[in-house]
Amino acid sequence: MLPGIGTLIQDMLWCFCQMKGTIEFGSTEADIISTVEFNHTGELLATGDKGGRVVIFQREQESKNQVHRRGEYNVYSTFQSHEPEFDYLKSLEIEEKINKIRWLPQQNAAYFLLSTNDKTVKLWKVSERDKRPEGYNLKDEEGRLRDPSTITTLRVPVLRPMDLMVEATPRRVFANAHTYHINSISVNSDYETYMSADDLRINLWNFEITNQSFNIVDIKPANMEELTEVITAAEFHPHHCNTFVYSSSKGTIRLCDMRTSALCDRHTKFFEEPEDPSNRSFFSEIISSISDVKFSHSGRYIMTRDYLTVKVWDLNMENRPIETYQVHDYLRSKLCSLYENDCIFDKFECVWNGSDSVIMTGSYNNFFRMFDRNTKRDVTLEASRENSKPRAILKPRKVCVGGKRRKDEISVDSLDFSKKILHTAWHPSENIIAVAATNNLYIFQDKVN
Amino acid sequence: MSQKQEEENPSEETGEEKQDTQEKEGILPERAEEAKLKAKYPSLGQKPGGSDFLMKRLQKGQKYFDSGDYNMAKAKMKNKQLPSAGPDKNLVTGDHIPTPQDLPQRKSSLVTSKLAGGQVE
Repeated sequence: MLPGIGTLIQDMLWCFCQMKGTIEFGSTEADIISTVEFNHTGELLATGDKGGRVVIFQREQESKNQVHRRGEYNVYSTFQSHEPEFDYLKSLEIEEKINKIRWLPQQNAAYFLLSTNDKTVKLWKVSERDKRPEGYNLKDEEGRLRDPSTITTLRVPVLRPMDLMVEATPRRVFANAHTYHINSISVNSDYETYMSADDLRINLWNFEITNQSFNIVDIKPANMEELTEVITAAEFHPHHCNTFVYSSSKGTIRLCDMRTSALCDRHTKFFEEPEDPSNRSFFSEIISSISDVKFSHSGRYIMTRDYLTVKVWDLNMENRPIETYQVHDYLRSKLCSLYENDCIFDKFECVWNGSDSVIMTGSYNNFFRMFDRNTKRDVTLEASRENSKPRAILKPRKVCVGGKRRKDEISVDSLDFSKKILHTAWHPSENIIAVAATNNLYIFQDKVN
Repeated sequence: MSQKQEEENPSEETGEEKQDTQEKEGILPERAEEAKLKAKYPSLGQKPGGSDFLMKRLQKGQKYFDSGDYNMAKAKMKNKQLPSAGPDKNLVTGDHIPTPQDLPQRKSSLVTSKLAGGQVE
């Protein structure tokens, strides 16, 4: 079922499906979800958290009995991906928080994903074991060595079925290549290489080689006093293995072609929207900083998220975006307090749906927004425990900006800025979304009529 | 179910702007916010979003107490006060020495993620 074709946002109703995580108070900071990602088929959903742990959910097979209830996501595997480390030279702690998870396309029975914290990228293999050998000669069923004198016959061990066991093993550890903090990883469409980006540099890796990487972008100035911008996100083109983009804290995007030179410091394309100088304020640069950049599935467009808007750019037009969507423009009159409480530096992500017709991003008060690119309609929904009954339809929310507040609306001053939805994911081909609300993961599906 | 998309017009006044009698008519909400900020923090740098922010970004991370650094800094400072730790911008390694008072709390031990525990539906 291809979403977007024949479904307008007004016709699409979203229902609560599942919520993962504890509802009791006192969950620790380690439980805060820091990344969410579906794999390429949508069968698996991975989350990473501040405590360095990865939890993978698997969609159960749809049962014939419950036709109207599409497969639910249940825990498939969980493991500790990264642990806290210490940089002795600087007396600084290296956080174990998982910044990003990216899946590799499946090539055999096992699943592979990349997970990264600030400094180290790891390749994890997740595989199933449902058989085990039994009938060893030299050890008994518990693994204890048998007394050799009691062995009188020779037998051949056989494979017997066992309860499904899912194992996660670190297959590669790509360390010590980043001076600054890794903000992005992206698997190349050649499936042989991937890139990792920190604030000032981007490195290209081969999956098989862990002790070397190529530096492909370096924007560190000779004199750090001259530093004016940092890299905020980077991604490979979905089909062209030579092309990638990276965004900056100044609101610009650079597209680079690795065929032009080994070091891609000179961009091939430069995307920047001209700014009206009379609109400039102290906050202008901060709110223009791009927190996420994502290619469309088609590879023809890129989407960027800055503090107040989501923009869609056509790769063929560098001088301005083709679409701009206001996420929460009412915050413009709150910038002073948002600067004081650091919220202005929050890094929201954005996602495309499978057909590139709808885009989604998070906001505060556990709100998230969807924009239909074709109809230009948008909707605000909320991930909350109150709406957590099975198949309960999510009611659109509205923020009241000033003057009279209607019954269902919420005023800007009542928004809870500690409840931020930074990470969301959209199933690659179906209308299933995963929304991370601090330490809870919500899964919503569109209503099956 | 759907909402009409608001026109993008940053200079349009919001309801709150109208209530603030000190602001001129037609002023950008951003400018008003900037004025508020400058009133609270007069020493805020003239260069917006410049080196300071970026340096802060690059140096993210919890600094720990290092007795070697601490004692060397004490020896250097002699009678002067040791700079106190704060939410602040001393970012050059070696200049900013956390003091024993500023030791962070011990991190809790690693346990299984609650997402992997019983699900709530």
